[in-house]
Amino acid sequence: MAQPSLSIFPPQNKSCRLCVEDLRFLACGPYTFFLQKGECLGLSGKSGIGKTQMLRAITDLIPHTGKVLLDGVSSTAFPAPLWRSMVTMVPAESFWWYDIVGDHFSAEFGADSLQDKLAAVGFKEDVLNWQISRLSTGEKQRLALIRGLCNTPSVLLLDEPCSALDGYHTTLTEGLILNYLQHNNASVLWVSHDHEQLQRVADRELCVEKTGLIEKTVERRPVSVEE
Amino acid sequence: MDVIALSAWDLSIAAALVCALSLLSLFLSLGLEWKILIFSCRMTAQLLFIGIVLRYLFASGSLPIVLLMATVMLFAAGREVLARQNLRLKGITGYAIGTGAMFVSSFSVSLIALVVIIGVDPWYTPQYAIPLLGMLLGNTMTGVSLALDRLTDQFYKERGVVEQRLLLGQTWQEASSDIRKECMRTGMIPIINSMAAAGLVSLPGMMTGQILGGTPPMEAVKYQILIIFLIAAGTGFGVISAIWMSGHYLFDNRHRLCLERLSGSRLRKR
Repeated sequence: MAQPSLSIFPPQNKSCRLCVEDLRFLACGPYTFFLQKGECLGLSGKSGIGKTQMLRAITDLIPHTGKVLLDGVSSTAFPAPLWRSMVTMVPAESFWWYDIVGDHFSAEFGADSLQDKLAAVGFKEDVLNWQISRLSTGEKQRLALIRGLCNTPSVLLLDEPCSALDGYHTTLTEGLILNYLQHNNASVLWVSHDHEQLQRVADRELCVEKTGLIEKTVERRPVSVEE
Repeated sequence: MDVIALSAWDLSIAAALVCALSLLSLFLSLGLEWKILIFSCRMTAQLLFIGIVLRYLFASGSLPIVLLMATVMLFAAGREVLARQNLRLKGITGYAIGTGAMFVSSFSVSLIALVVIIGVDPWYTPQYAIPLLGMLLGNTMTGVSLALDRLTDQFYKERGVVEQRLLLGQTWQEASSDIRKECMRTGMIPIINSMAAAGLVSLPGMMTGQILGGTPPMEAVKYQILIIFLIAAGTGFGVISAIWMSGHYLFDNRHRLCLERLSGSRLRKR
């Protein structure tokens, strides 16, 4: 294997969590990349290039060709709902269908663990009793992330998870996600327009183009974290 | 007692009332004046035509002709269901779902009524079969078209919620359960309301017709009760099966919402 961008291709070892091979959807692709266990991969690219649609294709919400493998098993081998609860996408805009926040959270999810996560992004206990209509965009965004974690997915597909948050809550949310990654050995595909943020959280960064991916070198700049 | 025959003159007095309504609509700029006139004429032509057909049908009374008539009625109802929707299920399937739902409910309920309940001999006697099927189809059609119109509209407007629920790992049945239940209710409410009002507010059309035709009121009432039961059952089954089938049609086997299977005037503007 002597390709210039060698790391885009999956390594032949067991640590590969999510493999995306030759993914095409709408008029985009083919995209080939992999995610290792515990890895956070940043995705950037121009608006409208198809980053959101790529996440939707990976979670199998839109028709696509090519393969998506979780721990070596193809998405088609799972029923779609099970696949989506293992490879969970949290969209930039969240939707809510009951009146009360708490009704959207599955009961199987341990109450303690849920409270910990809520506290980690700055919510008090009674948030579960709040009216949806009372929530701000940023509150919805943080709650939607936690709702997505309720299935304890192996892979998180995050579409601009902090786009509506202030600096303080962005830091909390990034902390929660990276913490989840460590404790569950999960992987994250993180779409963001905020280059600084990807520098902070991502192990690698890929730039999405219409017909492929370009690897970006991530320079670790600890200074920017302190700022 | 014989029915007093209506002359063309009698009908034209009633038609004048509709013309007056049309003028009033023009005056109030409701934009309905042509619709009122055109559909009045259409209705008159359809009914006059069916009068001729029925005369022939009753005289012959043969099974193939009754079945042919029933099929024509069914397909006309299917077309009507489709025409009443803002957003339609695309292609032949859209037509087949509405028509299929009405076929399943109206035909089976009519058959039960003819064979088991009324017990008319032979079961396809057109004097019974055709009006019965007509009433069932007419009401089922209203229910099914209301329910389907609401269903497509809701899926289109609430696609964000439906997709969000799918993203959280719900099956399409779970993700769409609220919408589908609501649409089933929408389709059944009219018949439930008309059961509540029957006799108190309105004297149902068939009963009125029978009484005008000289049937003793109690006989007419019994027939009306039978018909309302049949209509309620037929509408309910029709609505449920139509919603069930369109649910299957709007999601694929990977539990994706396929809104590209909808077409309609509202989609073209986007």
